[in-house]
Amino acid sequence: MNLDERLENVSVIGAAGKMGSGIAVLLAQELAKLKAHNQGKIYKLNLIDVNDAALDGLRRFIKAQVTKVAEKSIVALRSIYADRDDLVENWEMIEAFVDDAFSVIRFGSDLKMAADSLLIFEAIVEDEAIKIRVLKELNELCGEETLFLTNTSSIPIGFLDEQAGLSGRIIGYHFYNPPVVQRLVEVITAQSTQQELRGIGAELGKRLRKKLVPANDISGFIGNGHFMRDGLYAIGEAERLKDKYSLPGAIYIMNRISQDYLIRPMGIFQLIDYVGIDVFQCILQVMRKHLGDSTLQSDLIDRMAERGILGGQRVDGSQKDGFLKYERNRPVGVYDLEKGEYQPIEGKWKEDLDAAIGPLPAGFSPWRNLLREPKKEEKLSAYFQNLQGAKTFGAELARAYLARTKEIAKKLVQDGVANSEEDVNSVLTNGFYWLYGPINDYI
Amino acid sequence: MKKLRKKVYVTAGYNTISLGSGRKEFRPKEPRPGIEHYIKEAGEGAIAQINNPDNIDEGVVTNFMMARYNRQGNRPGFFPMIHPALRYKPATGVEGACGSGGLGLVVACKTILADLADAVLVIGIEVQNTVKAVYGADYLAGAGWYAGERKQGHAHFFPAQFSDRAGACFEKFGKEKVREGMAHWYVQAIENARRNPKAQEYHNSTEDLYTLAMTPPNPKVFCEHINVFDCSKVSDAGSALIFASEEGLKKLGVSKEDAAEVVSWGQCEDDITKPPPDLTKLTTTEKAVKLAYERAGISIRDIGVLEVHDCFTISGLLAMEAVGAVGYGEGADFVKEGRTRPDGDIPTNTTGGLIGYGHPVGASGVRQAVDILHQLTGKAGDCQVEINPDRPYGMLISMGGSDKTVVAMTFRKTE
Ligand SMILES: NC(=O)c1ccc[n+]([C@@H]2O[C@H](COP(=O)([O-])OP(=O)(O)OC[C@H]3O[C@@H](n4cnc5c(N)ncnc54)[C@H](O)[C@@H]3O)[C@@H](O)[C@H]2O)c1
Repeated sequence: MNLDERLENVSVIGAAGKMGSGIAVLLAQELAKLKAHNQGKIYKLNLIDVNDAALDGLRRFIKAQVTKVAEKSIVALRSIYADRDDLVENWEMIEAFVDDAFSVIRFGSDLKMAADSLLIFEAIVEDEAIKIRVLKELNELCGEETLFLTNTSSIPIGFLDEQAGLSGRIIGYHFYNPPVVQRLVEVITAQSTQQELRGIGAELGKRLRKKLVPANDISGFIGNGHFMRDGLYAIGEAERLKDKYSLPGAIYIMNRISQDYLIRPMGIFQLIDYVGIDVFQCILQVMRKHLGDSTLQSDLIDRMAERGILGGQRVDGSQKDGFLKYERNRPVGVYDLEKGEYQPIEGKWKEDLDAAIGPLPAGFSPWRNLLREPKKEEKLSAYFQNLQGAKTFGAELARAYLARTKEIAKKLVQDGVANSEEDVNSVLTNGFYWLYGPINDYI
Repeated sequence: MKKLRKKVYVTAGYNTISLGSGRKEFRPKEPRPGIEHYIKEAGEGAIAQINNPDNIDEGVVTNFMMARYNRQGNRPGFFPMIHPALRYKPATGVEGACGSGGLGLVVACKTILADLADAVLVIGIEVQNTVKAVYGADYLAGAGWYAGERKQGHAHFFPAQFSDRAGACFEKFGKEKVREGMAHWYVQAIENARRNPKAQEYHNSTEDLYTLAMTPPNPKVFCEHINVFDCSKVSDAGSALIFASEEGLKKLGVSKEDAAEVVSWGQCEDDITKPPPDLTKLTTTEKAVKLAYERAGISIRDIGVLEVHDCFTISGLLAMEAVGAVGYGEGADFVKEGRTRPDGDIPTNTTGGLIGYGHPVGASGVRQAVDILHQLTGKAGDCQVEINPDRPYGMLISMGGSDKTVVAMTFRKTE
């Protein structure tokens, strides 16, 4: 059965969630295109989530997103609808496309809706027991033809396959957040993953215009395999520095080092908040279990989670407070576990810490500026050259961080998580928006 | 029509800021002033330069598509809003797509020449930032033939029409040369706009404009032969000026030094249901310009300052050929050699033109008249060029659609 045939009936489980809703938008537009080309054929996209209340919001989200996509691809839409005499102006075609997308969608909370699906995208909570239970149930409801694509961030695919009894009909299809915008998809094939499904995954990636990076079936895969260890390193450094600078001070320092000195899109603690401290904790736990590596643990993370300070985002996309406190999505404070309140990032407190790390090396430009810089490589290379020679405390921390980041990345290749150094770099640059890969000549 | 049967003057010109992408104060997601604001600001700007608004006899409001951009019809209804003295005076709405402004100038002249009024206030406005460009493209496509062209047309209908013209010129005159000429036109437009505080590109600080202008086109999301820098801007703006007879100037208390004389115009219309006879030429523009020259008894050698309708960079090049500044196919070289620059033979679009100032579609013709007036009366601020006494004339070309609705009007300094 080819991809086109499979796309006639698709389900997304966990469709009201962060990832599920994005995957739903991608699929809705793909099915709308197919429908426009194959008038009269019936397509079905079942969007299923236990959270009934969230389905209304999902409907609005999909409408807004599909409209945006249609507006952006108006040039292509005009040729898709060239034969429709009733559609003349741009707005009419945009409206028709949104209508087509909605006409294929069915919303609901009952897994039975997925019974006839030929492709099922699973994007429910990152909880082994629940994922296995749901996959099992789906396997009973669906025919032998049904293929599963799971969005799990850390659970080995082979393990899910075996536990749910899917006999190789599952592949890891790890979108990045938000799926509509992020081009990267990490594709994780278990040894058991069927050949046909591998082919379908590759073709689907092309259709959705995603950058596919292959990863092997080792818990955490490439993205989280790197991110978790990178985060743990920063946490460890903060704990080492806390006697001298207090814990909030040390967190502030490591966040600045990672954001400014390493020219990343956001500081490491901001990134952990963005992902969610509970999510970070949960992935660590899954990796610890499957890899049998007891170092994949953090007291600091556990204590924050215990306090219920979790970060993550609100429905409107704004950042919730975590290690850092945010105003208009910008860090304005650092959590002080002892006092149970946020230390404002301002005044003498901030000045003293900035003075301790010292000025940025010459040639520094913020991440945002370099993003659109045509001579980005040259500028980065000149900057990191200066970082090498800089005598400040900040530069010292940054060099150690660069070295550790590189070591983590290389280990992913050695351990067979990634097939090549290039794949690791690709995940960090495409999925995490780094300007340069962790494996580089800067250190 | 020969010489005008009596003298007609223009005075009291005023342009608002052209608001839209590029201006620092433009916030796409926040509420903005509507058509009322621009009509009022422009009208008041003109009135502030005369003794008493009671002395204005009539009004003309020019605009292209407010019925769609602003869901508003009945253009003239806004004229009395400018000042209580204008209530119950005659007002007329004028529409001719992107050439609306030019038509408004002609209507004012005719009214004066017919002895029906001594002073006519012309106001042009367009407020386009009410919708995303993808929907605006639908509205602007109304300048072409809806029933015959829209369905087959491109998503970005007008850019594609001029992309086709650029493509035809590439083929006929050599791609490299024409492409470079277009890029030089862009550079000149932005450099001029940087001297005009009202211009949409006034804040533009790009260092290497030429490289930007040479960005390869991306037909997947836009057009085949042009990029977005080849296009004029989506703008909210208004312009106003007063047409007056000799008598009218006196009544308004305006001295002749503050006015310029309208010498002639040529107005031509081509059939909207027919494709342009030659994509590499602005045939209708050429005819209108010829009429304007004949009636004034002048030629391009008498023009000291010029305003052309550069809705796209390619239209700028083709217009230079249509006015006879340079031969067929040589517009690109002419521009590249800097001869349209403020210090060149024929300073053209000295305040930025449609690409640099902005293109509030139905107002652009009025804006051009204001800028010519300012140049001829020494009021062009940092954009002022020296008007060579041997070339004392100014000319504007207002064009609607793809060379369909055209007015060429000439002016000169008062004696
Ligand atoms: N958020 C990210 O940045 C990110 C990135 C890559 C991968 N992932 C992975 O994607 C998956 C989903 O993550 P998320 O961030 O979207 O979580 P989320 O909490 O936003 O969404 C999960 C959704 O699943 C629904 N759900 C839970 N149990 C269900 C069940 N039994 N049946 C149907 N629906 C159920 C929930 O109601 C919720 O709407 C996880 O496996 C996660 O590890 C997340």
